[in-house]
Amino acid sequence: MADKTTLKYTPEHEWLDIDGNVATVGITAYAAEKLGDVVFVELPDASVAVTAGSVIGEIESTKSVGELFAPVDGTVTENNAAVVDEPSLVNSDPFGEGWLIKVQFEKAPDGLLSWDEYSALVGE
Amino acid sequence: MSDPAPERTSPLHAVHSQLGASFTDFAGWQMPVRYTSDLAEHAAVRTAAGLFDLSHMAEILVYGREAGPFLDAALAGKLSAIDLMQAKYSLLLTETGGILDDVVVYRLGDTTFLVVANAGNREAAAAALTERSADFEVTVDDQSDDYALIAVQGPNSRAILEQTAGITEVGVPLDELKYYRATDAFFEGVPLLVARTGYTGEDGFELYLRTTAAVSLWRALEAAGEDQGLVPAGLASRDTLRLEAGMPLYGHELGTDTQPAQAGLGRVVALSKESDFVGRSAVEAGPADNARVLVGLVADGRRAGRAGYSIVSDGAVVGTVTSGALSPTLGHPIMMAYVDPTLAEPGTELAVDVRGTSIPATVTPLPFYRRKK
Repeated sequence: MADKTTLKYTPEHEWLDIDGNVATVGITAYAAEKLGDVVFVELPDASVAVTAGSVIGEIESTKSVGELFAPVDGTVTENNAAVVDEPSLVNSDPFGEGWLIKVQFEKAPDGLLSWDEYSALVGE
Repeated sequence: MSDPAPERTSPLHAVHSQLGASFTDFAGWQMPVRYTSDLAEHAAVRTAAGLFDLSHMAEILVYGREAGPFLDAALAGKLSAIDLMQAKYSLLLTETGGILDDVVVYRLGDTTFLVVANAGNREAAAAALTERSADFEVTVDDQSDDYALIAVQGPNSRAILEQTAGITEVGVPLDELKYYRATDAFFEGVPLLVARTGYTGEDGFELYLRTTAAVSLWRALEAAGEDQGLVPAGLASRDTLRLEAGMPLYGHELGTDTQPAQAGLGRVVALSKESDFVGRSAVEAGPADNARVLVGLVADGRRAGRAGYSIVSDGAVVGTVTSGALSPTLGHPIMMAYVDPTLAEPGTELAVDVRGTSIPATVTPLPFYRRKK
């Protein structure tokens, strides 16, 4: 779905697809690969207010538990029910059908990384 | 996120890289954690076969006139009583009855034994055996660096081995080789030990040979397994497979602060043997009456308690999870945990604190999964 070279990234291995004042958020293919097969996803409900850096969800694999951090101050407008029903979407299509939440924000966060910067961070 | 330089790599490392493996640090070794998918690799072992590189395991040879009596004194079991080419699960205990390592011992000759120890305990096991050998006419020879270990596990594993090119002079036909027995063979002229053992709860074999022939054997097994559903399988699937099979993992269910009886391994300790052995008096005295004991726990839903999570009953912490995962075969969370002995009866309703959420869990007999014979 999304062109990963035009997305923004956090050092916590999340991607943001920013459209106006709404960011669609997911985890990167690198993060999904490190987690292994995702078997459980817990996401915040719509209308929940979130603070950048706080833990707002969980992505659990057979092997370990990953945390979903809010990448920005804002309000959740939608969560991806499909990924809750079928957590393996995080592995099969992390930048597309495996998206997690949409967050409406007032002010875009600072310090987001470009694809090139993120790629350099993970050494790939 | 740059990884530290790998301390040790398997003789099969380049093969794993070619196969696209993700690696993990395990006891100082860079070993494959998965090749494609943990769940697919797990399922392959339950329904067809999986190919594992276990070359990180430690192989310690014990030989000499008093090898049998020495092992009886050094380990918890009566190893002098096992048959030629028989394998036996045993424990290396501390003086206080704690578990220093869990091992599999093979009798390769009248006075020659192979002790296979955990990678993380290689030095401790070799040191303890060497120290305990002082009064015996025996040699303790850590040959870990020279041995590779490849496991083929799953219902198709025998058919695969029987079709593997290059395996010759198999002493006992594989359809007659019993569980926990081994046989000598050759692979491309190199001595090969074929053992019907494993750590997955399925039928399977573990193959020991010199590191120099490891890549060639791996390739031959892959070729033979091509039409048998054989897939390379990493340590992630190995962990969920052994957990379903209720098998303990050192550092999780076993440690120096745990006595065998607490871990449900009282049967492994041969208190009937006449000779003394390290840890005997402590094990005879037994753990404290209130010492926690190992149980299986099952829960509904998809969230499993993980190692270190608390077990709760009536608002009080009554235990700790040692291993846990969503069981790929069963589809619900399974856990092993140490709990207060009064709460260990199957059917006891407890709860696990999963990162602040209390999830009901029921004590259940181990193993969680048993293959159909």
